[in-house]
Amino acid sequence: MAETMQFDLVSPERSLMSAQVKSVQIPGADGDMTAMPNHAPLITTLRPGILTVETEKGTEEFVVTGGFAELGEGLSVLAERALPKGDVDQATYEAMVDEAQSTYNQTKETFKNEPGPVDDAAKLLSDMVAVGTHIGLSPKQPSL
Amino acid sequence: MPSLKDLKTRIESVKSTRKITKAMQMVAAAKLRRAQDAAEMARPYTERFNAVMGALAASVGDSDSAPKLLSGTGKDDVQLLVVMTAERGLCGGFNANIAKLAKQKAAELKAKGKTVKILTVGKKGRDAMKRDFGSLFIGHIDLSDVKRIGYADAQGIAKDILGRFDAGEFDVATIFYAKFVNVVSQIPTAQQVIPAAFDAPEEGDAASNTLYDYEPDEEAILADLLPRGVATQIFAALLENGASEQGARMSAMDNATRNAGEMIEKLTIEYNRSRQAVITNELIEIISGAEAL
Repeated sequence: MAETMQFDLVSPERSLMSAQVKSVQIPGADGDMTAMPNHAPLITTLRPGILTVETEKGTEEFVVTGGFAELGEGLSVLAERALPKGDVDQATYEAMVDEAQSTYNQTKETFKNEPGPVDDAAKLLSDMVAVGTHIGLSPKQPSL
Repeated sequence: MPSLKDLKTRIESVKSTRKITKAMQMVAAAKLRRAQDAAEMARPYTERFNAVMGALAASVGDSDSAPKLLSGTGKDDVQLLVVMTAERGLCGGFNANIAKLAKQKAAELKAKGKTVKILTVGKKGRDAMKRDFGSLFIGHIDLSDVKRIGYADAQGIAKDILGRFDAGEFDVATIFYAKFVNVVSQIPTAQQVIPAAFDAPEEGDAASNTLYDYEPDEEAILADLLPRGVATQIFAALLENGASEQGARMSAMDNATRNAGEMIEKLTIEYNRSRQAVITNELIEIISGAEAL
Protein backbone atom coordinates (compact mmCIF):
# COMPACT_ATOMS: atom_id res chain seq x y z
CA MET A 1 0.00 0.00 0.00
CA ALA A 2 1.25 3.40 -0.91
CA GLU A 3 1.98 5.89 1.80
CA THR A 4 -0.66 8.46 2.50
CA MET A 5 -0.89 11.74 4.35
CA GLN A 6 -3.64 13.79 5.87
CA PHE A 7 -5.01 16.42 3.50
CA ASP A 8 -7.41 19.22 4.34
CA LEU A 9 -8.88 21.69 1.92
CA VAL A 10 -10.69 24.51 3.66
CA SER A 11 -12.19 27.74 2.46
CA PRO A 12 -13.45 30.43 4.83
CA GLU A 13 -17.00 29.28 4.34
CA ARG A 14 -16.62 25.56 4.69
CA SER A 15 -14.31 22.61 4.73
CA LEU A 16 -14.31 20.93 1.33
CA MET A 17 -12.23 17.87 1.86
CA SER A 18 -10.45 16.07 4.62
CA ALA A 19 -8.98 12.71 3.76
CA GLN A 20 -5.92 10.52 3.49
CA VAL A 21 -4.31 11.13 0.13
CA LYS A 22 -1.39 9.87 -1.92
CA SER A 23 -0.38 13.12 -3.54
CA VAL A 24 -1.63 16.59 -4.25
CA GLN A 25 -0.75 18.92 -7.09
CA ILE A 26 -0.66 22.49 -5.85
CA PRO A 27 -0.74 25.56 -8.10
CA GLY A 28 1.96 27.42 -6.14
CA ALA A 29 2.75 31.07 -6.71
CA ASP A 30 6.19 30.17 -8.06
CA GLY A 31 5.02 27.22 -10.11
CA ASP A 32 3.10 24.00 -9.75
CA MET A 33 4.35 21.42 -7.33
CA THR A 34 3.31 17.99 -6.22
CA ALA A 35 3.22 17.28 -2.52
CA MET A 36 3.70 13.69 -1.42
CA PRO A 37 3.97 12.17 2.04
CA ASN A 38 7.10 13.13 3.98
CA HIS A 39 7.63 16.29 2.01
CA ALA A 40 9.85 18.87 3.70
CA PRO A 41 7.85 21.46 5.68
CA LEU A 42 6.85 24.27 3.37
CA ILE A 43 4.53 27.22 3.16
CA THR A 44 3.58 28.60 -0.20
CA THR A 45 1.00 30.99 -1.54
CA LEU A 46 -1.35 29.88 -4.28
CA ARG A 47 -2.19 31.34 -7.62
CA PRO A 48 -5.54 30.69 -9.28
CA GLY A 49 -5.41 27.21 -10.71
CA ILE A 50 -6.42 23.60 -10.42
CA LEU A 51 -5.67 21.55 -7.36
CA THR A 52 -5.47 17.86 -8.15
CA VAL A 53 -5.85 15.42 -5.30
CA GLU A 54 -4.93 11.81 -5.77
CA THR A 55 -6.46 9.40 -3.28
CA GLU A 56 -6.65 5.64 -3.15
CA LYS A 57 -10.03 5.82 -4.79
CA GLY A 58 -9.11 8.10 -7.66
CA THR A 59 -8.44 11.74 -8.32
CA GLU A 60 -10.45 14.79 -7.44
CA GLU A 61 -9.98 18.25 -8.83
CA PHE A 62 -10.77 21.62 -7.35
CA VAL A 63 -10.57 25.12 -8.70
CA VAL A 64 -8.87 27.41 -6.19
CA THR A 65 -8.31 31.14 -6.35
CA GLY A 66 -5.49 32.25 -4.14
CA GLY A 67 -4.75 31.45 -0.53
CA PHE A 68 -1.91 29.37 0.81
CA ALA A 69 -0.80 25.83 1.50
CA GLU A 70 0.97 24.57 4.56
CA LEU A 71 2.93 21.36 4.31
CA GLY A 72 3.92 19.95 7.64
CA GLU A 73 2.85 16.63 9.10
CA GLY A 74 0.07 16.69 6.58
CA LEU A 75 -1.03 19.16 4.00
CA SER A 76 -3.57 21.87 4.59
CA VAL A 77 -4.66 24.14 1.82
CA LEU A 78 -6.41 27.32 2.87
CA ALA A 79 -8.01 28.65 -0.25
CA GLU A 80 -9.70 31.99 -0.49
CA ARG A 81 -12.32 30.34 -2.66
CA ALA A 82 -12.43 26.71 -3.63
CA LEU A 83 -14.95 24.85 -5.74
CA PRO A 84 -15.07 21.27 -6.97
CA LYS A 85 -14.18 21.39 -10.64
CA GLY A 86 -17.56 20.07 -11.70
CA ASP A 87 -19.33 22.98 -10.00
CA VAL A 88 -17.59 25.60 -12.08
CA ASP A 89 -19.64 26.45 -15.15
CA GLN A 90 -19.12 29.14 -17.73
CA ALA A 91 -21.05 31.76 -15.76
CA THR A 92 -19.14 31.19 -12.51
CA TYR A 93 -15.90 31.23 -14.40
CA GLU A 94 -16.69 34.43 -16.25
CA ALA A 95 -17.67 36.11 -13.01
CA MET A 96 -14.30 35.16 -11.56
CA VAL A 97 -12.44 36.52 -14.57
CA ASP A 98 -14.47 39.71 -14.48
CA GLU A 99 -13.54 40.18 -10.85
CA ALA A 100 -9.85 39.76 -11.61
CA GLN A 101 -10.25 42.13 -14.53
CA SER A 102 -11.78 44.87 -12.41
CA THR A 103 -9.07 44.41 -9.77
CA TYR A 104 -6.52 44.80 -12.52
CA ASN A 105 -8.14 47.93 -13.89
CA GLN A 106 -8.34 49.41 -10.42
CA THR A 107 -4.70 48.62 -9.67
CA LYS A 108 -3.67 50.18 -12.95
CA GLU A 109 -5.49 53.36 -11.95
CA THR A 110 -4.04 53.49 -8.45
CA PHE A 111 -0.43 52.62 -9.21
CA LYS A 112 0.20 54.45 -12.44
CA ASN A 113 3.96 54.62 -12.17
CA GLU A 114 4.69 51.49 -10.20
CA PRO A 115 4.95 48.39 -12.33
CA GLY A 116 5.06 45.98 -9.34
CA PRO A 117 1.42 45.79 -8.24
CA VAL A 118 0.15 46.18 -11.80
CA ASP A 119 2.20 43.21 -12.97
CA ASP A 120 0.93 41.17 -10.05
CA ALA A 121 -2.65 41.96 -10.91
CA ALA A 122 -2.02 41.20 -14.58
CA LYS A 123 -0.57 37.83 -13.66
CA LEU A 124 -3.52 37.07 -11.44
CA LEU A 125 -5.81 37.89 -14.32
CA SER A 126 -3.99 35.75 -16.85
CA ASP A 127 -3.83 32.86 -14.38
CA MET A 128 -7.55 33.18 -13.91
CA VAL A 129 -8.06 33.08 -17.66
CA ALA A 130 -5.81 30.04 -17.98
CA VAL A 131 -7.99 28.17 -15.50
CA GLY A 132 -10.75 28.27 -18.08
CA THR A 133 -8.64 26.47 -20.66
CA HIS A 134 -7.72 23.82 -18.11
CA ILE A 135 -11.26 22.94 -17.23
CA GLY A 136 -12.47 22.95 -20.80
CA LEU A 137 -14.53 26.12 -20.78
CA SER A 138 -14.14 28.66 -23.50
CA PRO A 139 -11.66 31.14 -22.08
CA LYS A 140 -12.78 34.71 -21.72
CA GLN A 141 -10.28 37.08 -23.26
CA PRO A 142 -8.92 39.70 -20.88
CA SER A 143 -8.09 43.24 -21.89
CA LEU A 144 -4.68 44.12 -20.60
CA MET B 1 -62.54 51.23 35.36
CA PRO B 2 -62.28 49.92 31.80
CA SER B 3 -65.43 48.54 30.32
CA LEU B 4 -65.88 44.89 29.44
CA LYS B 5 -65.49 45.65 25.79
CA ASP B 6 -62.20 47.52 26.36
CA LEU B 7 -60.82 44.60 28.32
CA LYS B 8 -61.81 42.17 25.64
CA THR B 9 -60.02 44.18 22.92
CA ARG B 10 -56.93 44.44 25.14
CA ILE B 11 -56.87 40.69 25.61
CA GLU B 12 -57.24 40.12 21.89
CA SER B 13 -54.43 42.51 21.05
CA VAL B 14 -52.06 40.99 23.60
CA LYS B 15 -52.91 37.59 22.19
CA SER B 16 -51.93 38.61 18.69
CA THR B 17 -48.73 40.17 20.04
CA ARG B 18 -47.94 36.87 21.66
CA LYS B 19 -48.50 35.10 18.37
CA ILE B 20 -46.03 37.43 16.66
CA THR B 21 -43.33 37.15 19.29
CA LYS B 22 -43.74 33.38 19.36
CA ALA B 23 -43.31 33.24 15.60
CA MET B 24 -40.27 35.51 15.74
CA GLN B 25 -38.76 33.31 18.40
CA MET B 26 -39.19 30.24 16.25
CA VAL B 27 -37.75 31.96 13.19
CA ALA B 28 -34.78 33.12 15.26
CA ALA B 29 -34.25 29.60 16.55
CA ALA B 30 -34.11 28.24 13.01
CA LYS B 31 -31.81 31.01 11.87
CA LEU B 32 -29.62 30.53 14.92
CA ARG B 33 -29.03 26.92 13.93
CA ARG B 34 -27.90 28.03 10.50
CA ALA B 35 -25.75 30.86 11.84
CA GLN B 36 -24.09 28.51 14.30
CA ASP B 37 -23.39 26.00 11.57
CA ALA B 38 -21.82 28.71 9.44
CA ALA B 39 -19.65 29.86 12.33
CA GLU B 40 -18.62 26.27 12.96
CA MET B 41 -17.70 25.74 9.30
CA ALA B 42 -15.48 28.80 9.28
CA ARG B 43 -13.61 27.80 12.39
CA PRO B 44 -11.04 25.39 10.88
CA TYR B 45 -9.96 28.02 8.37
CA THR B 46 -9.55 30.72 10.97
CA GLU B 47 -7.66 28.45 13.34
CA ARG B 48 -5.22 27.21 10.73
CA PHE B 49 -4.79 30.67 9.37
CA ASN B 50 -3.94 32.15 12.74
CA ALA B 51 -1.54 29.30 13.52
CA VAL B 52 0.40 29.82 10.31
CA MET B 53 0.35 33.56 10.65
CA GLY B 54 1.55 33.29 14.22
CA ALA B 55 4.53 31.22 13.12
CA LEU B 56 5.26 33.53 10.21
CA ALA B 57 4.95 36.68 12.24
CA ALA B 58 7.25 35.26 14.88
CA SER B 59 9.91 34.38 12.32
CA VAL B 60 9.82 37.71 10.51
CA GLY B 61 9.54 39.34 13.89
CA ASP B 62 10.33 42.97 14.42
CA SER B 63 12.69 43.38 11.52
CA ASP B 64 12.46 46.81 9.94
CA SER B 65 11.24 45.42 6.70
CA ALA B 66 8.16 43.84 8.29
CA PRO B 67 5.01 45.03 6.54
CA LYS B 68 3.16 47.91 8.13
CA LEU B 69 0.07 45.82 8.62
CA LEU B 70 2.04 43.73 11.08
CA SER B 71 4.32 46.20 12.78
CA GLY B 72 1.97 49.17 12.71
CA THR B 73 2.79 52.72 11.73
CA GLY B 74 4.68 53.27 14.94
CA LYS B 75 1.98 55.57 16.25
CA ASP B 76 -1.42 55.14 17.79
CA ASP B 77 -2.73 58.66 17.40
CA VAL B 78 -5.58 57.97 15.06
CA GLN B 79 -7.83 55.13 16.07
CA LEU B 80 -10.45 53.54 13.86
CA LEU B 81 -13.32 51.80 15.58
CA VAL B 82 -15.29 49.42 13.41
CA VAL B 83 -18.62 48.88 15.11
CA MET B 84 -20.42 45.82 13.81
CA THR B 85 -24.04 45.40 14.79
CA ALA B 86 -27.26 43.99 13.40
CA GLU B 87 -29.45 45.52 10.74
CA ARG B 88 -32.58 44.86 12.75
CA GLY B 89 -33.74 45.51 16.24
CA LEU B 90 -35.97 43.47 18.54
CA CYS B 91 -33.09 41.40 19.77
CA GLY B 92 -32.78 42.43 23.39
CA GLY B 93 -29.64 44.20 24.44
CA PHE B 94 -27.56 42.88 21.55
CA ASN B 95 -27.06 46.13 19.61
CA ALA B 96 -27.05 48.29 22.71
CA ASN B 97 -24.31 46.23 24.37
CA ILE B 98 -21.97 46.47 21.40
CA ALA B 99 -22.64 50.18 21.05
CA LYS B 100 -22.05 50.66 24.76
CA LEU B 101 -18.64 49.01 24.62
CA ALA B 102 -17.68 51.03 21.55
CA LYS B 103 -18.84 54.26 23.18
CA GLN B 104 -16.85 53.50 26.29
CA LYS B 105 -13.74 52.86 24.24
CA ALA B 106 -14.27 55.96 22.13
CA ALA B 107 -14.67 58.15 25.20
CA GLU B 108 -11.59 56.58 26.77
CA LEU B 109 -9.48 57.22 23.67
CA LYS B 110 -10.73 60.76 23.36
CA ALA B 111 -9.84 61.42 26.98
CA LYS B 112 -6.31 60.32 26.14
CA GLY B 113 -6.18 62.88 23.38
CA LYS B 114 -6.34 60.46 20.46
CA THR B 115 -8.28 61.09 17.31
CA VAL B 116 -11.14 58.66 16.96
CA LYS B 117 -12.80 57.66 13.71
CA ILE B 118 -15.78 55.39 13.51
CA LEU B 119 -16.88 53.06 10.76
CA THR B 120 -20.21 51.37 11.29
CA VAL B 121 -21.42 48.11 9.89
CA GLY B 122 -25.11 47.55 10.44
CA LYS B 123 -27.82 50.15 10.78
CA LYS B 124 -28.62 49.73 14.45
CA GLY B 125 -25.13 50.48 15.65
CA ARG B 126 -25.08 53.60 13.56
CA ASP B 127 -28.32 54.81 15.09
CA ALA B 128 -27.08 54.09 18.58
CA MET B 129 -23.76 55.88 18.14
CA LYS B 130 -25.09 58.82 16.17
CA ARG B 131 -26.09 61.04 19.05
CA ASP B 132 -22.81 61.07 20.92
CA PHE B 133 -20.30 60.38 18.20
CA GLY B 134 -22.04 61.25 14.96
CA SER B 135 -19.35 63.74 14.03
CA LEU B 136 -16.71 61.01 14.07
CA PHE B 137 -18.36 58.79 11.48
CA ILE B 138 -16.27 58.27 8.40
CA GLY B 139 -18.36 55.66 6.72
CA HIS B 140 -21.08 53.09 6.91
CA ILE B 141 -21.43 49.65 5.40
CA ASP B 142 -24.92 48.42 4.80
CA LEU B 143 -25.54 44.70 4.97
CA SER B 144 -29.33 44.83 5.01
CA ASP B 145 -29.55 43.24 1.56
CA VAL B 146 -27.31 40.36 2.53
CA LYS B 147 -29.31 37.26 3.37
CA ARG B 148 -26.40 35.00 4.16
CA ILE B 149 -23.08 36.44 5.10
CA GLY B 150 -20.40 35.22 2.73
CA TYR B 151 -16.68 35.68 2.66
CA ALA B 152 -17.11 38.21 -0.14
CA ASP B 153 -18.95 40.56 2.24
CA ALA B 154 -16.09 40.39 4.71
CA GLN B 155 -13.65 40.99 1.88
CA GLY B 156 -15.55 44.12 0.90
CA ILE B 157 -15.33 45.52 4.41
CA ALA B 158 -11.67 44.56 4.67
CA LYS B 159 -10.93 46.25 1.36
CA ASP B 160 -12.55 49.45 2.58
CA ILE B 161 -10.55 49.39 5.82
CA LEU B 162 -7.26 48.50 4.12
CA GLY B 163 -7.75 51.24 1.55
CA ARG B 164 -8.11 53.76 4.35
CA PHE B 165 -5.07 52.33 6.09
CA ASP B 166 -2.96 52.62 2.95
CA ALA B 167 -4.12 56.20 2.57
CA GLY B 168 -2.82 56.84 6.07
CA GLU B 169 -6.20 57.65 7.55
CA PHE B 170 -5.59 55.79 10.79
CA ASP B 171 -2.93 53.92 12.78
CA VAL B 172 -4.86 51.34 14.74
CA ALA B 173 -8.10 49.58 13.88
CA THR B 174 -10.30 47.74 16.35
CA ILE B 175 -13.44 45.81 15.54
CA PHE B 176 -16.39 45.54 17.90
CA TYR B 177 -18.74 42.59 17.80
CA ALA B 178 -20.50 40.16 20.09
CA LYS B 179 -18.98 36.79 20.72
CA PHE B 180 -21.50 34.00 20.82
CA VAL B 181 -21.32 31.94 23.99
CA ASN B 182 -24.80 30.51 24.14
CA VAL B 183 -28.38 31.58 23.61
CA VAL B 184 -28.58 33.66 26.76
CA SER B 185 -25.11 35.12 26.76
CA GLN B 186 -23.26 37.04 24.08
CA ILE B 187 -20.16 38.94 25.07
CA PRO B 188 -19.43 42.25 23.37
CA THR B 189 -15.80 42.07 22.33
CA ALA B 190 -13.18 44.47 21.04
CA GLN B 191 -10.46 43.02 18.85
CA GLN B 192 -7.55 44.80 17.29
CA VAL B 193 -7.06 43.91 13.63
CA ILE B 194 -4.48 46.47 12.47
CA PRO B 195 -1.65 46.16 13.31
CA ALA B 196 -2.33 42.45 13.29
CA ALA B 197 -2.01 40.71 16.61
CA PHE B 198 -1.48 36.97 16.47
CA ASP B 199 -0.89 34.68 19.38
CA ALA B 200 2.71 33.64 19.24
CA PRO B 201 3.01 29.86 19.12
CA GLU B 202 3.79 28.40 22.52
CA GLU B 203 7.32 27.32 23.28
CA GLY B 204 7.81 23.64 22.77
CA ASP B 205 4.78 23.48 20.55
CA ALA B 206 5.41 21.06 17.70
CA ALA B 207 4.39 23.56 15.05
CA SER B 208 6.76 26.28 16.24
CA ASN B 209 9.74 23.93 16.07
CA THR B 210 9.14 23.05 12.47
CA LEU B 211 11.39 24.95 10.14
CA TYR B 212 9.37 25.77 7.10
CA ASP B 213 10.64 26.49 3.65
CA TYR B 214 8.93 29.49 2.20
CA GLU B 215 8.00 29.90 -1.40
CA PRO B 216 8.27 32.75 -2.38
CA ASP B 217 10.13 34.27 0.59
CA GLU B 218 8.61 34.92 4.00
CA GLU B 219 8.01 38.57 3.48
CA ALA B 220 6.24 38.12 0.17
CA ILE B 221 3.98 35.56 1.78
CA LEU B 222 3.31 37.85 4.72
CA ALA B 223 2.51 40.74 2.42
CA ASP B 224 0.08 38.51 0.58
CA LEU B 225 -1.51 37.02 3.65
CA LEU B 226 -1.89 39.97 6.00
CA PRO B 227 -4.70 41.62 4.03
CA ARG B 228 -6.39 38.23 3.92
CA GLY B 229 -5.91 37.99 7.66
CA VAL B 230 -7.93 41.17 8.14
CA ALA B 231 -10.70 39.77 5.94
CA THR B 232 -10.62 36.47 7.80
CA GLN B 233 -10.92 38.15 11.18
CA ILE B 234 -13.77 40.30 9.99
CA PHE B 235 -15.51 37.29 8.48
CA ALA B 236 -15.20 35.35 11.73
CA ALA B 237 -16.52 38.35 13.65
CA LEU B 238 -19.46 38.77 11.27
CA LEU B 239 -20.41 35.13 11.70
CA GLU B 240 -20.14 35.33 15.48
CA ASN B 241 -22.24 38.44 15.35
CA GLY B 242 -24.83 36.68 13.20
CA ALA B 243 -25.14 33.83 15.66
CA SER B 244 -25.23 36.23 18.61
CA GLU B 245 -27.94 38.32 17.03
CA GLN B 246 -30.21 35.35 16.48
CA GLY B 247 -29.45 34.01 19.94
CA ALA B 248 -30.24 37.35 21.54
CA ARG B 249 -33.42 37.69 19.51
CA MET B 250 -34.50 34.22 20.45
CA SER B 251 -34.20 34.80 24.17
CA ALA B 252 -35.69 38.28 23.92
CA MET B 253 -38.69 36.93 22.05
CA ASP B 254 -39.01 34.04 24.47
CA ASN B 255 -39.25 36.54 27.32
CA ALA B 256 -41.74 38.63 25.39
CA THR B 257 -43.91 35.60 24.73
CA ARG B 258 -43.88 34.70 28.39
CA ASN B 259 -44.70 38.24 29.47
CA ALA B 260 -47.59 38.34 27.04
CA GLY B 261 -48.90 35.10 28.55
CA GLU B 262 -48.77 36.56 32.04
CA MET B 263 -50.51 39.70 30.90
CA ILE B 264 -53.29 37.71 29.27
CA GLU B 265 -53.85 35.83 32.50
CA LYS B 266 -54.07 39.02 34.52
CA LEU B 267 -56.40 40.67 32.04
CA THR B 268 -58.63 37.61 31.91
CA ILE B 269 -59.01 37.63 35.68
CA GLU B 270 -59.87 41.32 35.60
CA TYR B 271 -62.33 40.69 32.79
CA ASN B 272 -64.07 37.90 34.68
CA ARG B 273 -64.21 39.97 37.82
CA SER B 274 -65.85 42.93 36.12
CA ARG B 275 -68.25 40.66 34.29
CA GLN B 276 -69.28 39.19 37.65
CA ALA B 277 -69.69 42.71 39.03
CA VAL B 278 -72.04 43.61 36.19
CA ILE B 279 -74.12 40.49 36.78
CA THR B 280 -74.33 41.13 40.51
CA ASN B 281 -75.35 44.68 39.83
CA GLU B 282 -78.16 43.61 37.52
CA LEU B 283 -79.41 41.07 40.04
CA ILE B 284 -79.50 43.68 42.78
CA GLU B 285 -81.48 45.96 40.54
CA ILE B 286 -83.99 43.24 39.68
CA ILE B 287 -84.39 42.14 43.31
CA SER B 288 -84.74 45.63 44.70
CA GLY B 289 -87.19 46.41 41.90
CA ALA B 290 -89.28 43.37 42.83
CA GLU B 291 -89.19 44.28 46.51
CA ALA B 292 -90.42 47.77 45.83
CA LEU B 293 -93.64 46.45 44.31
